[in-house]
This record gives sequence, structure tokens and C-alpha cells, in this order.
Amino acid sequence: MTARTRRDSLAFLAFVAPNFILLGVFVFWPILYSLNLSFFKWNMIAARKTFLGLENYKNLFEDPVFWQVTKNTLILAAATVVIKLAISLALALRLDKGVKGSSVYRAIIFSPTFTTSVAVAMVWSWIFEPTFGLLKVFLSPLGIASPHWLLDVNYSLPAVIIVLIWSGIGYDMVIFLAGIKNIPREIFEAARVDGASPWQNFIYITFPLLSPTTFFLTITSFIGALKAFDVVSIMTDGGPLNSSNVIVLYLYQNAFQWFKAGYASAMALILFVIIMAITLIQNRLSRRWVHY
Amino acid sequence: MDASTIRRGAGMAARKAFTHAVLAAASLVIGLPFLWMITTALKSPAEVAQFPPIWWPSVLRWDNFSKAWSLAPFGRFYLNSVITASSGVILEVMIGALSAFAFARIKFKYSGFLFMVMLAAMMIPGQVALIPNYVVLKSLKWINTYQGIVVPHVSSVFGAFLMRQYFLTIPASLYDAAEMDGLGHFRTLTRIALPLARPVVGTLVLYLFISKWNSYLWPLIVTNKQNMRTLPVGLAIVRSAEYAIGPEHLMAASLFVLVPVLAVYVAAQKQLIEGIAAGAVKG
Repeated sequence: MTARTRRDSLAFLAFVAPNFILLGVFVFWPILYSLNLSFFKWNMIAARKTFLGLENYKNLFEDPVFWQVTKNTLILAAATVVIKLAISLALALRLDKGVKGSSVYRAIIFSPTFTTSVAVAMVWSWIFEPTFGLLKVFLSPLGIASPHWLLDVNYSLPAVIIVLIWSGIGYDMVIFLAGIKNIPREIFEAARVDGASPWQNFIYITFPLLSPTTFFLTITSFIGALKAFDVVSIMTDGGPLNSSNVIVLYLYQNAFQWFKAGYASAMALILFVIIMAITLIQNRLSRRWVHY
Repeated sequence: MDASTIRRGAGMAARKAFTHAVLAAASLVIGLPFLWMITTALKSPAEVAQFPPIWWPSVLRWDNFSKAWSLAPFGRFYLNSVITASSGVILEVMIGALSAFAFARIKFKYSGFLFMVMLAAMMIPGQVALIPNYVVLKSLKWINTYQGIVVPHVSSVFGAFLMRQYFLTIPASLYDAAEMDGLGHFRTLTRIALPLARPVVGTLVLYLFISKWNSYLWPLIVTNKQNMRTLPVGLAIVRSAEYAIGPEHLMAASLFVLVPVLAVYVAAQKQLIEGIAAGAVKG
């Protein structure tokens, strides 16, 4: 080993050390520690932990609230992703036309991406207010009586989904737009010469060539929705009767309100496994079928 | 002009009008909640409880803001948010730049492997780490401290990746010249690479600042004293407090949290949107 190589190696390690120490302590090690905690009963205060083996997991699978929360999370993720992607793709296609004022439209529609989620949840709680809320203005002319959105077991989850769609459309739209701009214009020129209609353009050119973007957004939005917390916590706190409760909120309640650290860790591990599985499937599939 | 050209022209105008209609409708749906927040914050209690609602109050109640400000120590929340968000951004950018430079410019046998390890961290959901991080911070006695809010979230993966990509595009001749001048790695980073990467670093700083300013779950967990709450946590607690708080005051308080973010967004929206688009396409 030359002096130069040695010096470089040391410099490299010194440069990456702060990042890797932090990643180790706050990102990688917590997975192992969560796994370990999930075998214990512990309130995060007592010096002693009680070993339970797989008891936490067994209880979790027998916990009807956990199943409801998992179901809610999956419904929320699926509904949010499908509706959000459909709307944002339609808007991206419109923005791509480059009409005057497009950059203003884009800036407005994108703005919720950076808007503090807690404040978003506040204003939407007020919009959903059944007597004086803004939504009633749009529902009453249609002859629809405003439900007690946030207090009704049938409407609390849809209310949360609406807010997540509202917040997320802009980001997806901007990513779709970038994807559309990446499609070589000559293909559309050729199609135009062949007399393709705008609809045919979309079905045979834009949509297939956008599939990497669509796929990327589907996966990232789905994973993002699995981690939903802020809006749910503020708007409904998971209620009423857990009708809008989701995995991360239930995890938080178990760990930091009821001090069941072991039980919550088991939940964290399950969430981790689900998200890793989706990520691995993404890696596999994106190699196989996505049309580049 | 023959008839078919005119027809085509009319068709194009119709399509354009349709495009405008769709985009304007979407902008309205996205924009209305913001407007609703602002007008509510300026209404009297009687106007708040009016249906159909009035869009612009007859007298603008600016005193709603001073009333909201006095409902909780918002001055302190501001201070806490400014301190934690800015120190977090500075640390994360520094840590990320060091890693980025190492991966871009310094030779090391296991550099490729370590790079994969770093990227793998991006896939791990932070929610898994909540309990372990809390336990670690508690043993460090960092609960209710600024370092407790900041330090667990200053490791840099996305930023390091972004800056590395940029450092790789800087011509090797510049690095060679720096070496000839006797600059070590650190000074090459601070005097050559970082100044050249200013556009990327600038976008990263804005992006990180907004996301740290907005963060809710971690500051909620790691603080339990009123005087250590950040703005979003403070706002949430004001609402859940026992005393009744009117929508006009709640919206005014929400605007305390939002105004800095919206100001950054309005000033730099083009840079932020294009940064996001470019990052996602390349990444």
C-alpha cells in the first residue's frame, strides 16, 4: 500500500464517518433493537424487561384493532394512490400543452407539497365542519346533506383520503410532467403524420412510455401512504372507534401513550417487513416489465 | 384562409379553452383551502358561524392574530423551530457534502460497497426507529433538548447522493489544478467543489429547511415540555387543549406556522419544483 493510497483511505473514512455513525445509530441499529424489543414486555421506564418470546406477535395477530388498522391503512393507501395518480396524470397531460399561465397553474397545484401537514389538517378539519364548513357550500346545492365527516365511522377514513389526495396531487403531477417531457417529440410527430388522434397518442405512446414514471410513483406513493401519520393524528386521532386509525398512529399510541414498547416494536417490525417486501418487488419488477 | 383551416383553428381554440378550464378548476380546488384559512383568520366569531359563509369579512379582524399569539407561547415555538430547522439544515448539508465528496473524488477500496449501504438506508422507514431512537435519546438525557430534536435526523442520504452526482460532473482538470496548488481534500471540497455546486446546494437547503420546519412526529415524541415544542407540535397542542378555541384563532395560529414556508415557496417555487422533477427523473 503506497503512502498515497493510505492517506486517501484515511481521508475517505474521516469524510464519511459522521454520516455513517449517525446512520448506524439512528437508522440501521434501530431495526435490530426493534426486533429485540419485540420479544419483551417493557414500558420504557422500568429497568427490567420481561421476556415474552413471540407473545407480542401472537397478541398482535389476535388484536382486532390491529387488523382493522391494517385494513384501514391498505384501503387508505390503495385509494389515495389510484385516485391521486389518475388526477395528477390528467393534469400533467394538460400542463404539457404549454398554454399561457401553465407555470402559475403548476405552482398553485404543487403548493400543498411543501405545506405544513399539521396546518393542512387544521384547515381541512374546519372545511369538513358539518354546519359552517366550506365543503357544505359545495354539497348543499347538490342536495347532499353534510355528514359529520370526522365523527362518523363511515366518513372519517374517506375524509383523510381526500386530504392526502389534495396534498399529494401536485408532486405526482410534476413528476409525471417530467416523465412526459422525456418522451422524444419525434414519436408524436410520426404519429401525427399517421393521423393518430390525441386519444390514440395517449393509449399507444404516452401511457406505455410513461410506465417507469407511473410505476415509480405507484410504489413511492403507496409506501408513503403506509406511513401516514400527521393528518390522521390531527384530524381524527384515528377515531371514531378506530375507523380511521392507521398503522403508524396505532404504533405511536401503543408506544408513547400506553407505553407498550414491546408490542409497538412488533408492529414496527411488521411495517418494516411489508415496506421492504414492496421495495424488493419494485426492484425485481422494474427490471422485468417496465418499458424503457 | 379556407374553411378547413378555420375549423382547425376553432378546434384548437376549443382544446385550449378546455385545457385552461381543467387547470383553473384544479388550481381552484387546491387554492381554496388556503383562501378559506386566510378569510377565516380575519373574521369575527359571528361571521365564522354564518352559512352560507361570507368570502370576505366586512371588517378585517387583524386582532385575531394577536389573540391567537397569546393562546400559547408562540414566540418560543418560533424560536425553537428556527433553531432546530436551521441547525439541522447546516449539519445535514455539511455531513452530506463530506460524504458526497468522498464518494465522488477520494479513492477507497470499499467505496462502492459503502455507497450501497448508504443508499439502503433510504429504504428503511423512519417509523421503525421511533422507539429505539427515543430510548437512545433518553439514555443520553436529550429529551426536551434541541440536539434531541435535531441530531437523529441529520444523516444525509438523498443530499449526499445529489451532491455526489454534481461533484462528478465537475471537470477533473479543476480537481487536478487544486491538487497542484497543494489543496487537500477538505479545502478542495470547501473552495472548489461546494462553490461550484451552489445551485444544487441551494435547492437542497430550501428543501431540507421546509421539511424540517414541517416535521411533526419526531418533535412530538422527543419533547414534552411546553417551552421545547416546535411550531407544528405547539399548534396541534393548542387545538387539543381543554379551552375552546374558535376557528378564527385556530386558522390565525395555523398561518403562523405556514407563512414562513409559503414565503420560501413563493420566492423559490421554480427552483424547488424543477429541483424535484430533475431529482426524480435522474434518481
